[in-house]
Amino acid sequence: MEKMARVTTALGGNTITGRTMFCHLDAPANAISVCRDAAQVVVAGRNIFKIYSIDEDQFVEKLNLRVGRKPSLNFSCADVVWHQMDENLLATAATNGVVVTWNLGKPSRNKQDQLFTEHKRTVNKVCFHPTEVYMLLSGSQDGYMKCFDLRKKDSVSTFSGQSESVRDVQFSIRDYFTFAATFENGNVQLWDIRRPDRYERMFTAHNGPVFCCDWHLEDRGWLATGGRDKMVKVWDMNTNRAKEIYCVQTIASVARVKWRPECKHHIATCSMMVDHNIYVWDVRRPFIPSAMFEEHKDVTTGIVWRHLHDPYFLLSGSKDSTLYQHIFKDASQPIDRANPEGLCYSLFGDLAFAAKESLISSDSNRKPYIGDRRHPIFFKRKLDPTEQFEYISSSSALSVFETDLESGSMDWFVRTAKQYALAGRPLAELCDHNAKVAKELDRDQVAQTWTMLRIIYSSPGTVPSANLNHSLGKGSTSLPLMNSFNLKDIPPGIGNESRLERSKGESRSENILMDSSSTLINNDENEETEGSDVPADYLLGDVEGDEDELYMMDHENPHAEEQEYILPQEAFPLRHEIVDNPSALDHLQEKADSPHVSGNEAETVSLTPVESFSLISISHSLYENRLPTDFFNPIVRDMLLFYAEQGDVQMAVSVLIVLGDRIRKEIDEQTQEHWYTSYIDLLQRFQLWNISNEVIKLSTCRAINCLNQASTTLHINCSNCKRPMSNKGWICDRCRQCASMCAVCHHVVKGLFVWCQGCSHGGHLQHIMKWLETSSHCPAGCGHLCEYT
Amino acid sequence: DREIKIPRQLGRGPSSFIPVEEILQEGTERAQRQLFIEAFVSTGRVDNVTMVMGLHPEYLASFWKTQYLLLRLDGPLPYHKRHYIAIMAAARHQCSYLVGFHVAEFLKVGGNPEWLQGLHRAPQKLRNLNEINKILAHRPWLITKEHIEALLKTGENSWSLAELIQALVLLTHYHSLASFVFGCGINLEPGQEGGPAFQPPSPRSCDSSPASEDGMSSPSGKDAMQEVEVLMERMKLLQECQLEEEGVTQEEMETRFELEKTESLLVAPTVDIAEPALPPNVLCFVEEPEFGYKDFTRKGEQAPPTFRAQDYTWEDHGYSLINRLYPDMGQLLDEKFQVVYNLTYNTIAMHSGVDTTMLRRAIWNYIHCVFGIRYDDYDYGEVNQLLERSLKVYIKTVACYPEKATKRMYTHFWRHFKHSEKVHVNLLLLEARMQAALLYALRAITRYMT
Repeated sequence: MEKMARVTTALGGNTITGRTMFCHLDAPANAISVCRDAAQVVVAGRNIFKIYSIDEDQFVEKLNLRVGRKPSLNFSCADVVWHQMDENLLATAATNGVVVTWNLGKPSRNKQDQLFTEHKRTVNKVCFHPTEVYMLLSGSQDGYMKCFDLRKKDSVSTFSGQSESVRDVQFSIRDYFTFAATFENGNVQLWDIRRPDRYERMFTAHNGPVFCCDWHLEDRGWLATGGRDKMVKVWDMNTNRAKEIYCVQTIASVARVKWRPECKHHIATCSMMVDHNIYVWDVRRPFIPSAMFEEHKDVTTGIVWRHLHDPYFLLSGSKDSTLYQHIFKDASQPIDRANPEGLCYSLFGDLAFAAKESLISSDSNRKPYIGDRRHPIFFKRKLDPTEQFEYISSSSALSVFETDLESGSMDWFVRTAKQYALAGRPLAELCDHNAKVAKELDRDQVAQTWTMLRIIYSSPGTVPSANLNHSLGKGSTSLPLMNSFNLKDIPPGIGNESRLERSKGESRSENILMDSSSTLINNDENEETEGSDVPADYLLGDVEGDEDELYMMDHENPHAEEQEYILPQEAFPLRHEIVDNPSALDHLQEKADSPHVSGNEAETVSLTPVESFSLISISHSLYENRLPTDFFNPIVRDMLLFYAEQGDVQMAVSVLIVLGDRIRKEIDEQTQEHWYTSYIDLLQRFQLWNISNEVIKLSTCRAINCLNQASTTLHINCSNCKRPMSNKGWICDRCRQCASMCAVCHHVVKGLFVWCQGCSHGGHLQHIMKWLETSSHCPAGCGHLCEYT
Repeated sequence: DREIKIPRQLGRGPSSFIPVEEILQEGTERAQRQLFIEAFVSTGRVDNVTMVMGLHPEYLASFWKTQYLLLRLDGPLPYHKRHYIAIMAAARHQCSYLVGFHVAEFLKVGGNPEWLQGLHRAPQKLRNLNEINKILAHRPWLITKEHIEALLKTGENSWSLAELIQALVLLTHYHSLASFVFGCGINLEPGQEGGPAFQPPSPRSCDSSPASEDGMSSPSGKDAMQEVEVLMERMKLLQECQLEEEGVTQEEMETRFELEKTESLLVAPTVDIAEPALPPNVLCFVEEPEFGYKDFTRKGEQAPPTFRAQDYTWEDHGYSLINRLYPDMGQLLDEKFQVVYNLTYNTIAMHSGVDTTMLRRAIWNYIHCVFGIRYDDYDYGEVNQLLERSLKVYIKTVACYPEKATKRMYTHFWRHFKHSEKVHVNLLLLEARMQAALLYALRAITRYMT
């Protein structure tokens, strides 16, 4: 504590000095208030009501106002306020609904002056008029505000908020007649003290109770409010409608707000529950408090700036039975611990990234990359002469990453999405189809992957003998693929930048894959290594070769099935079946699996080719053990993860759907869900609604599945009375009329109703279609040229 | 394509206290109907509790939303555990209606049937909850931060704070719902064990006693009429008085509260009917069944300090805490408390256009008083003026040991009031009790957190 600052401020002859200090109270405090001269503070709570003088090094108890043998409930204070004009005058609000004034000038021990028992419920707040000595305002749980003239025995006027309880009342500092009141239902009302019949203005400020408000000390129109919804809002009241100009989101219900003197945009807050700190916010910078006091161990119940013109001293009382004086110098500043960073995309896909210079330069092994134009820029904030804080001038580095237009184009994505086949055909055929699609788009690696998938997962029994050898060789092509996982480490630059320019990175790594395929053989893996003896181009060249054969066997598949799949989604059967998806998928798989059933092992063995001796033995052993397809699952899983990592979530999802159950269990649900959502999100950005719907439908994640079952309701209004129809679609409960008549046959439409969006006439789908073949006018005869799409 | 037909109870109707006709009026209000449809569609039945609550559709809507979130929407606890906790809570009050209901639900969501053999078969984590279940059900003021600490301390069976909050809401919800079930004499559902075919084991309606018939259509109608008049008169008097009477000293206020507290001792049901043999299927979820409500202020004992309502209110503190840990719940509970607190039709028995605020507040505060919560700004003398003895007996019984409520008690208070008004009292009971228990529990959590 020795480095605690000692601050001295001169305020027009009145000097305030002090340090961070505290004293123990005997009981939890509910509220505190300071004397005008900033030398004394009063603390009030259920079991405490004392005045302390603020000395340089300590608080000294000066007076205990709780006198009497058995203190009554009148001493149980919810709020306390010290008059800013008269230093002998205090007022308290008691939990039993009594408003008490105290006169310190009284000679007797009991300083109680007047007692107003007009409120029926707890009084939450009392407030003296800033310039008028005898005027006191109170707000209570019973929904009333009362204005007292201390020279009279009763209240002068009563204001009814017409609502539940009043949580806070505050006289405007500048407008003599105005005060603001906040309510439990979220409203804020402005009143003119002369007009008790009705409020001048009311607006809803918060969702839930508004616990506090505070007028700005200088700006006459600004009112800050804090609510249970964890917000602090600043309202500009100068205009006709209260306008929210700033909003600060805190982490707990806001119990008190207090503008900081001499600092136009600073405000101190403390919370009702959970959070014990006091924050000082710059309302223009609402995400991070500009200062924080962390001394209290229970919720802070009262905060007050020590002097009206001094921004460095804050006093606070808390439920932990302590009274603190906080010095601004000792406040912790969260901003020091934060790393300011900014990231933004430009219109053309360029990415700018700014961060503290020190952070970036420390990252020494980061190589500059070609597109990275780095501009070291030094920002220096101009000091606002009205605000006397030292801003730490900081320097930051700005990096701009340009994407070249080529790689930025996402054509391939759209085309792939459109052309991929994901279900409805046997697995082998799907793989081949997708491989072809990828090939056409010059995405060799992807094409290759699809082919391999086919080989891994569709039984070799169906592969004609001539191909067996190749397929075996192809089994080994998973080698380069496996190596491709390591790719990230091989060229040091790419790994780092790949996230910034995904598509580019991908094509680059593909090249490398090709080039390095021969050097990659030094893989100490398994028996498959031998397979790579086969020259690489040979392997790759044959990919297309198998296709024909594979297609041949697919001819058995009924055509109808294919058609069903090809049908675009708009042409759904009138009532499209709502399938429980997992079962639907099983169904598909059953079909896809069918070739598998046909292949049996005996056949396989007999088909083993006798081309090269070494190969035979291998192939033999391979097929004798019949490496179950499960054997490859880890590899395939890694491959999917690799694609997803690279940013090609399309591939990951497509493979996931095509392989279905074969691979699903290998990948944890959450990852799958994550892929699905990203892919669907991408598809929707490209407005590929049908495809995204199809993906949703085919997905097996429950969370994804239910996406297209959400908000399936269509609300309609009755065509007669124009009011919403509730339960049945065709008859209106209100006007008892059949609402949806077919304009052609004049019968009620109970099934599918189609109508023109121009004139809202319509009818049975078939009837309208028939009608439009002959006429383009509305069948109802309204003369509208109807359009149906 | 057809109009949705809500299946109707055949036979006895949803409540054994309230005649069927009162609840099932032909052409019930639209709003109410809509709610029933909603309930029916989402759970496949309109249970008896819903039927009776349907007398106050505005409340039912709010109740439903809360219960739906509590049991069926996202939350920290898995579904089967939620139902198991509900079973544990209801079993504390031997409410076989709720136990049976949630046993079925528990199995439906795939709970392990073995747990149903008794608390000893449930996982340790749930068994740890037994202690606060017991306390919250009968003597909520005893809950301390040590209890919370014990549950949260890290270990194999520890609870997370979010889970604990949901469990607390579940417990208090079902304790007080049990009050409602007994208070309104809800009948078992058809198909529930001991359902329509049998005499319900709960609530122990004294159907056999001839006294059960009196009150409603009785010759003492004139007296009852007078009761209403007297009540009206007193309310008027108090309203006027309040503006004048200022001479009451604080000490007197204090003693009035203490008086009310101690007097609640006397209104305990005097006839201690022999403990019935509990159905074993309920008993197995209860440990220490002898732990019951004990009067808050028994003479000669060191009474725990009175809970000052203003120091820990629902609106400020309770809400803020719940909302932090179980976000939507805070909002819904807040709405529900508000709805029930402000619910009024401005009628008293046959009079309409009456401001019933005082009466409702008296009931609410009396319930809180029974649990030791005191409002500084309330004159507990009012309770004495407004609540007749038989009503106090009923309230105390239903709030503290609902299993002892009888039809006789139900019929004896407010004899000339409508059934819907008595259900209204039960709603106030339900919510006030829940809030009281929640406040104690949340205060303990707050203390644990600071």
